[in-house]
Amino acid sequence: MRSVSIIGAGQTAFGEHWNESFRDLIGKAGLMALESSGIEGKTIQAIYGGTMASGRFVGQEHIGALIADELGLTPLPATRLEAACASGGVALRNAYISVASGLYDVVAVGGVEKMTEISVEEAGFALGGAGDQETELFHGATFPALYALLARKHMEAFGTTEEQMAQVAVKNHYNAMFNPNAQFHREITIQDVMNSGYVASPLKLLDCSPISDGAATVILCETSKAKKISENAIEILASTQASDSLALTGRKSLTELMATKVAAKLDFEEAHLKPSDIDLAEVHDCFTIAEILAIEDLGFFKKGDGGKATEKGKTSLKGEIPINPSGGLKACGHPVGATGIKQAVEMFFQLNGLAKERQVKDAKIGLTHNVGGSGATAVVHIFKKAQVK
Amino acid sequence: MADNAIAIHWRRYPERYLLRGCHCETCKTDFFPGRLFCPNCRRKGKMVSKEMPRTGKIVSFTEVFVGPIGFQHETPYFLALIDLGNKCMILSQIVDSPKEKIKTGAQVKKVFRKIQDTDHEGAIAYGYKFKVS
Repeated sequence: MRSVSIIGAGQTAFGEHWNESFRDLIGKAGLMALESSGIEGKTIQAIYGGTMASGRFVGQEHIGALIADELGLTPLPATRLEAACASGGVALRNAYISVASGLYDVVAVGGVEKMTEISVEEAGFALGGAGDQETELFHGATFPALYALLARKHMEAFGTTEEQMAQVAVKNHYNAMFNPNAQFHREITIQDVMNSGYVASPLKLLDCSPISDGAATVILCETSKAKKISENAIEILASTQASDSLALTGRKSLTELMATKVAAKLDFEEAHLKPSDIDLAEVHDCFTIAEILAIEDLGFFKKGDGGKATEKGKTSLKGEIPINPSGGLKACGHPVGATGIKQAVEMFFQLNGLAKERQVKDAKIGLTHNVGGSGATAVVHIFKKAQVK
Repeated sequence: MADNAIAIHWRRYPERYLLRGCHCETCKTDFFPGRLFCPNCRRKGKMVSKEMPRTGKIVSFTEVFVGPIGFQHETPYFLALIDLGNKCMILSQIVDSPKEKIKTGAQVKKVFRKIQDTDHEGAIAYGYKFKVS
């Protein structure tokens, strides 16, 4: 397998884009990524796109061809990938494989979701498709409810508190203040979270990521070529993916996401690194408990210590391992198919020292973690500035 | 979609009405819901139909305040993960139980209830719920 690097990255602001269509969003992110890479569109050899439920959200399928068409890049092969909220991460990994394998030298990979065209109830139903339709949704489960079941278990097993979970939201809202592409630019307090009303106890409204529109794109290139093209190239040191039961009832443990643990273990092996080598991470905080599970399952903290570590500020922008400097899904927003690519875009900014006020000091090696559903898919990537040896 | 609403429901009657899952005679493992083949024994497994225990213990629970389509008029309601004691877990609503008794470790038993008045396909669906015993 050949080494692969990201040579360009682009992202629309995440939020409610009433003036922009699905097509506008992915088109803009694609153009931004191309411009950032400095290459011509005609250099691209293939296109990958991640979107979860465009059919339900905007009535549009056949996204691969749509992207190629919009970017004026027909007749390139263009492929859509779907893995619920991990659609972006899975698209990134498949694009990575296409270059690592030697099939292509340069490919574009985007992620997009346009979620605000339909009602919140309909959007919730569409998102529910990430779980098990017959044994979870049929009985009245929502995604907040599934993560609430995991949260309660974590609280009872390790003494994690609602305040500790709230601190995840407080931190991520703070980080998003410095991210011009974030959906929310509003600081919140633990009290705000505690007062925000239960959606599914113990999770409250401000424990949940929002419904968002947005798109993100990165350009991948074989590394020796990438170094000649761009001084901003960041190398993908490892790309791994794992699966687990679609429904929570099939899980061996409810205090971890096994798919995250497996993907992370393989990822660290592939990169010849350990969790303490990571300078920063963008993890899948669709709900605050999900960030606590992630920082444990990725190996940054011991199982059960995620809540306490968050409370002590260890995951804040200036903490020992900054988590979600972009604001995460919680505050940067979560246009589901775009999220896995946005995490890579954030790494491109951070590892190149371009993240301005939210820049993590001495950011050399970064990790991204993207989850589908309640943990049935997990994708983990590790990145490093390409020149640094 | 709506044209097949009845078939979508009746093909799952054994599971929803009787808690019918399956059992692998090779490794003696129960599965709920039933599966096409045993993930442990794979092609060496021999799956037979089997009804699950109708009692269990709450493993985790949540009170849902914002319900999905079809459940918006039911809120708030309790959902729980229930350990059926045969290494099978089931997700179900908890009904007809005092709030203070719905907690982790509580013993529950199966009851038969209407699940959705009219689901998104327009059919009335029935099936299992559980109550604290």
